[in-house]
Amino acid sequence: MSSPEVATATAEAAVAPVTPAPAEPPRKDKPRSLWTDAWYELRRKPLFVISAIMITIFVLMAAFPWLFTSVSPTEADLNRSLTPPDFGAWFQFGKGGQFGYDLQGADVYARTIYGARASIVVGLSAVIGNMLLGGFFGILSGYLGGWTDALLARFGDIFLGLPFVLGALVILSTFAPVQSSPSAFRITSLVIVTFITLGWPSFARIMRAAVLSTKQLDFVHAAQALGARPGRIILRHVLPNAVAPMVVVGTITLGAYIGAEATLSFLGVGLREPVVSWGIMIGEARQLMEAAPYMMAFPAAFLAIAVLSFVMLGDAVRDALDPKLR
Amino acid sequence: MGRYALRRLLQAIPVFIGTTFLIWFLVWGLPGDPFAGRCGEKQCPAAYVNYMTEKFGLDDPLPVQYLNYLKNLATGNFGQTFNGIEIGELLAQAFPISIKLALVAVAAEALIGITAGVLTGLRRGSFLDNLVLVSTLVLIALPIFVIGIVARYAFGLASVSPEAPWHELIIPGLILGSGSLAYITRLTRVNIVENRRADYVRTAVAKGLSPGRVTGVHLLRNSMIPVVTWLGLDLGALMGGAIVTEGIFNIRGIGGLLFGAISRRESGIVVSIVAILVLVYLIVNLLVDLLYGVLDPRIRYE
Amino acid sequence: MSDIKVKTAPVLGVDGRSAGHLLEIDNLHVEFRTRDGIAKVINGVSYHVDAGETLAVLGESGSGKSVTAQTIMGILDTPPGFVTDGAIRFRGKDLLTMGKDERRLVRGEGIAMVFQDALSALNPVFTVGFQIAELFRKRRGMSRADGYKRAAELLDLVKIPAASARLRDFPHQFSGGMRQRVMIAMALALDPEVLIADEPTTALDVTVQAQIMDLLAEIRRDRNMGMILITHDLGVVADVADRIAVMYAGRIVEQADVHALYGKPCHPYTLALLDSLPRLDLKGQELNTIKGLPPNLLRIPSGCAFHPRCRMARDICSAERPALVELGGVRSSACHFAEELYGRE
Repeated sequence: MSSPEVATATAEAAVAPVTPAPAEPPRKDKPRSLWTDAWYELRRKPLFVISAIMITIFVLMAAFPWLFTSVSPTEADLNRSLTPPDFGAWFQFGKGGQFGYDLQGADVYARTIYGARASIVVGLSAVIGNMLLGGFFGILSGYLGGWTDALLARFGDIFLGLPFVLGALVILSTFAPVQSSPSAFRITSLVIVTFITLGWPSFARIMRAAVLSTKQLDFVHAAQALGARPGRIILRHVLPNAVAPMVVVGTITLGAYIGAEATLSFLGVGLREPVVSWGIMIGEARQLMEAAPYMMAFPAAFLAIAVLSFVMLGDAVRDALDPKLR
Repeated sequence: MGRYALRRLLQAIPVFIGTTFLIWFLVWGLPGDPFAGRCGEKQCPAAYVNYMTEKFGLDDPLPVQYLNYLKNLATGNFGQTFNGIEIGELLAQAFPISIKLALVAVAAEALIGITAGVLTGLRRGSFLDNLVLVSTLVLIALPIFVIGIVARYAFGLASVSPEAPWHELIIPGLILGSGSLAYITRLTRVNIVENRRADYVRTAVAKGLSPGRVTGVHLLRNSMIPVVTWLGLDLGALMGGAIVTEGIFNIRGIGGLLFGAISRRESGIVVSIVAILVLVYLIVNLLVDLLYGVLDPRIRYE
Repeated sequence: MSDIKVKTAPVLGVDGRSAGHLLEIDNLHVEFRTRDGIAKVINGVSYHVDAGETLAVLGESGSGKSVTAQTIMGILDTPPGFVTDGAIRFRGKDLLTMGKDERRLVRGEGIAMVFQDALSALNPVFTVGFQIAELFRKRRGMSRADGYKRAAELLDLVKIPAASARLRDFPHQFSGGMRQRVMIAMALALDPEVLIADEPTTALDVTVQAQIMDLLAEIRRDRNMGMILITHDLGVVADVADRIAVMYAGRIVEQADVHALYGKPCHPYTLALLDSLPRLDLKGQELNTIKGLPPNLLRIPSGCAFHPRCRMARDICSAERPALVELGGVRSSACHFAEELYGRE
């Protein structure tokens, strides 16, 4: 599944009631007990523990790649071009070649390690951006209602109406044509902005739903009657209600974005040299499947494990927060 | 229901206009030389630029250009490529192939996904259940392009021939649908698990119906409501999501056409394809919404 | 003390020897194996029903009355529910040991059930006609048209106006009372010999409750069925039932025919239940409620399960579990002071 829409819809379907007909009564227990319960549930789930550990490792990899390798990912020596993996080097830190060398003679292991950074940076920034932008518009829609709501809904539909890969393809190829070679910073931020542009309406919907369901609650009516300002109501009552679905959808979307980033980089419209990215590596490896399958295997495995970790984490958190499926 | 459909249709119009305008603007409207690199290394001769500018009406104000475009679209005139090929003809060749591919994918999703979901839902916690759950996780985690490349290499598959006969589309279709297949499996499973203990299932058992009928009619019919909805939406999304699969297997559908057009900066093709895909997506969305009401008689449309 | 001979209630139908009742539950034990432990939901329940009579099973929620019914129907959720002992004999044959297919055929035809909440018990996505006709088509091999014709007759029988037109409606399009009538029609389709009605009127308005109870009583009489009426509402049973079994914490604490039970309850729990009924002649006074909560089935109190809430409790009540003893040959009660209660004026 390389389409983040799929993931978002998945999570939405599970977080929000699937059928519109039997409206569930709003959850009235305190958020604290909900989270305490969820945490108790999560700690005992192997899937959660494993994915949390994997994510920690990937984040460390992205932040401090030199903890994992002392070899430069860009240092290429054509003399070692397409050297197969040296399994003897797996336990000797500082020696390269564990995963072999690519066509240019760069160390596949070092490149795979450094590739985590692009994925995590793009995924995390895009999801945080989505939460902020989507959250803002969601609160606006839900709180003001009426024309603002209708207008924002239609405006969001414009972006949701574009299939994700398709939209990203057009946007990216417009601002960074296939043949061009933008700087690492420029292309990375462009990918992030593209993801936010196409993704914010999903998050706005979640926030809007949270606002609407919170508005119905008695204690919010009471707070309003007592003259609480909207800002305070949003901060104290709406946000805590929105956190759970946001976290779940955000985590799953993060996984999907990592896959989408790789897909677009593979297609040649996403990240590109000098950025090191798993998608680029897989794209290069594609032509060399016969000669050097390891060039494909390692980045693909890392990519799959990274996507899986986030999707699993989101799944586990959702299950823990939704006692219905237990 | 009629009024609801009409309202939804009216709502879809601004979305269609907005989305196509967005794409059209990105492709045609931004400042820049649309003919850059069209004449090899050299600058294009002034006569050529003038002729092309005239032909594509690039001197008109932007809104006029867009309205002209919409007008042409409505009359089925998609214009020409820079080389003077009718875009309509290209689309007519490519679309049936992509539709076939999407149908194969959806059929695979429905057949395999629902079967696996029902089996695992009925035997929750069994070995089969765990095996299928792990497999779906792998399918969800592996992006399509990885699965596609590996499958092509592993099975030694050749490119799909230009006519794209059904049997050659089976494996590409499976790969295209793999992510959704995993999701359908999980969705079916969750719904079966949830509905299995429902009161009406109990009633069906208490009526002395055979286990096959209890599961196959009473349980399945209720559990399929979200699944069928999802399948419908997927059919719309797959059309646009086929870029990667079509690229890997050299299938000459709209995905390949679109990707080629983007690399060659064939703006007319890009805008036309996106416009059609958006239209398909919106219509499918509307149909699925209405289908929901047919599947679940409790839904009322105001 | 009194001169009544004390003996334990006879255990009916030891294996191989049937006492000849239409349906008889014999020493049934059911437990729920949950994450928090084993809940003993039914702890040796025995009752029987014969053709043409109505047995009311009375108890609070959690007393095991509905679980008994589910066990009879074979619709107990397993896991967590497991039958650990006992027998359920229908026409002398044990339902718990017979083959799956044989037992399936008893459902609907031998024993049918009316559920509490018709809205959730009827399948929301099929029309009412489909759901009733289904029985005729699948169990009687009738054609679709014949099945629908019979379905219309049944809806007419349970007094649903414009019966044949309403066959095409979905359950949510009926009012609560009409929906319960549909449920009853469906249960009657295959002419069952025993009808189990599990709180058939709990979800309904008071006025509708009476109509449904009347309908059930009328049908029971016309068809000479045996009926098990499960309820927590003492007011409902008085007019309809022949005998009453009162359940508490998975046991029958008192069993008697309806007039005897109302006239002179012989178990403190029944006494308390009757006391808690609102009465017209005591208008303005505070209601006598039973203090405390029904017991946690994971930790049933020692001795008599009712002793923590009982007004008559003494030391012996927490130490020793009272057996179900027969009083005067017609009724039984499981209380250490049963004879005292029976002997009082």
